[in-house]
Amino acid sequence: MAVGAEQTRRTWWLLSPALLTVGFFMVLPMVILLVFSFMEADPYGGVDPGFTVEAYVQLLFERDFDDTLAYTGIYLGIIWRSIALALVATVGSLILGFPVAYYIARQNTRTQNLLLFLVTLPFWTNLLIRTYAWILILSTDGVIEQPLKAIGFLDGTLDMMYSNGAIAIGLIYTYLPLMVLPIYASMEKLDFRLIEAASDLYAGRYRVFREVIVPLSTPGIVAGCILVFVPSLGAFVAPDLLGGGRKLMLGSLIHLQFASSRNWPFGAAIAMCLLAIVMIALMLQARSSARRRAMEVA
Amino acid sequence: MKQVMKLAAASTVALGLAVSPATAAGELFLYNWTDYIDNTITDKFTKDTGIKVTLDTYDSNETLLAKLKSGATGYDLAVPSQNFVDIMIKEGMLIEVDVKSMPNYKHVADAFKKPSWDPEQKYSSPYQMGTTSYAVKKGSGAGQCASLKEFFEPNAAAKGKVGVFKTPEEVVNLAHIYLGQNFCTEKTDDLKAVQSLLQGQKSSVKVFSSEGTMDRLGDGVTLVSNAWNGDAMKRRLKDDTIQYCFPKEGVVGWFDSLVIPKGAKNVENAKTFMNWLMAPENMALLSNFANYANAIVGSDKYMTKDMASSPEVQVPSVPVKFGKSCGPKYTKAIDKIWTKLLQ
Repeated sequence: MAVGAEQTRRTWWLLSPALLTVGFFMVLPMVILLVFSFMEADPYGGVDPGFTVEAYVQLLFERDFDDTLAYTGIYLGIIWRSIALALVATVGSLILGFPVAYYIARQNTRTQNLLLFLVTLPFWTNLLIRTYAWILILSTDGVIEQPLKAIGFLDGTLDMMYSNGAIAIGLIYTYLPLMVLPIYASMEKLDFRLIEAASDLYAGRYRVFREVIVPLSTPGIVAGCILVFVPSLGAFVAPDLLGGGRKLMLGSLIHLQFASSRNWPFGAAIAMCLLAIVMIALMLQARSSARRRAMEVA
Repeated sequence: MKQVMKLAAASTVALGLAVSPATAAGELFLYNWTDYIDNTITDKFTKDTGIKVTLDTYDSNETLLAKLKSGATGYDLAVPSQNFVDIMIKEGMLIEVDVKSMPNYKHVADAFKKPSWDPEQKYSSPYQMGTTSYAVKKGSGAGQCASLKEFFEPNAAAKGKVGVFKTPEEVVNLAHIYLGQNFCTEKTDDLKAVQSLLQGQKSSVKVFSSEGTMDRLGDGVTLVSNAWNGDAMKRRLKDDTIQYCFPKEGVVGWFDSLVIPKGAKNVENAKTFMNWLMAPENMALLSNFANYANAIVGSDKYMTKDMASSPEVQVPSVPVKFGKSCGPKYTKAIDKIWTKLLQ
């Protein structure tokens, strides 16, 4: 008995750094946000005491200048746009990242290490600076347009900056490594003799891809998609700098509430919504992968 | 490229802010607008006083207020405009300094000695002053600086080529001027008119941003853009392709001041800077860089020829209306209009 208690205590003791980290850096800020979302906004920033669900009402209904409530699709529209752009970013980086991961996984160890190093290299510089670099690339008379004009391919401008396309490019660029690395990790364990076996059994290239490579690297693909989709949904830097601020996404909307709009409760309420969307997406994913496992076992 | 360098500089500054002991003697942490001060001024200050200056920047009064309200401390000086000085005093965010007793206060022009936002000059000392309006790319057909219509209801040439500030305060005040309304109006009809004006303008807007506006205009990314007079002058001196507008309806005026936010660690150094800057030769140095006018008598003697003859600084006979701090009801309405605009 005494030994058991001793052991329990030691377990808690050893777990405490992890628990404190999670509690302090994850749970506490979220609780603060949750509390803020039910408080009243101070017109000059910050929150005033008092319980109100106004922030959540504001998500769906707008108070007109004369205080009547009317349904508004503004914020649902912003949420929808964010989900759509995050999906585009996810699919885009999957299309680009999958072949890259496959290629890396088929190299010898030395080359693999070098290529992985190169994939992670962009993380060594500041995200803002890298996004500014894209402004130089995409802008009128920028890195893309100037050579095209010089060889006479282009007359006028492609007008690439400040558009949804520019935001998507920025997101794909930023999060591509997060797609490549997990897919690589699951492909690295892939037994390439299985591919040879499939070919020996007269499976065509497409069939090998569909029935051998993809199923075996599914865990990596799923992890990659989550790692790209979730941060894209709340992304702030790319939409703000490359999108020109004309079409809000969730990240910019939240920033706006905490900065110039000075409506912290509303910002907190949107953050809670974002959290809910991510949780639902993760739960759906967990459930479908559980079902898949169950099917495999059966 | 300029923006990238600026960013690199800002990151270095932020890093410096994090690692250096904020309480050490001989330091001053200045929180200022982007492109509103440079090394020529801070280096001279360091040479004259031995106090080292560290700079961090913001892009609007709203950002400054939000940052200080969110509990950011460690800044010894900030540079809000007149209406935000008023808000910050009322919100109890500033340290009292008694600017009147400073030796160099004698240089302040009489007209600016009892400003309505801080009549006793207990909290604020003059920095720079200027106007907010719009500028056009010359020869683009986007406008002749005749009327604010060119900015709010752009013609076909300017369609999709309009640059607007990212925060509402100055844009909405210009809209009030264009529509012939009073600042801070709480009338439903007025607010609705502002809303539909801005919504109509949006289809022509290329970008909502308060930084790099004049670079985009000069480079032709935008053809009509919100502008501050000094900012526009800087770009005009570079390649003379843009013109700052004084439309017939009028422009928004502003007066920026130095204030010491609560939580400042180097209050004495901040006061030293306030006093130092009120000396004509130092204020002139600042005007020569920022290209704005100032409230210090005798500073014109030290100004460059460009400044002395600047068409951006000399206001022709159009009204200049100074922004006021408005009530919560108005503030909320504007916030709603702006969020709806950017949706």
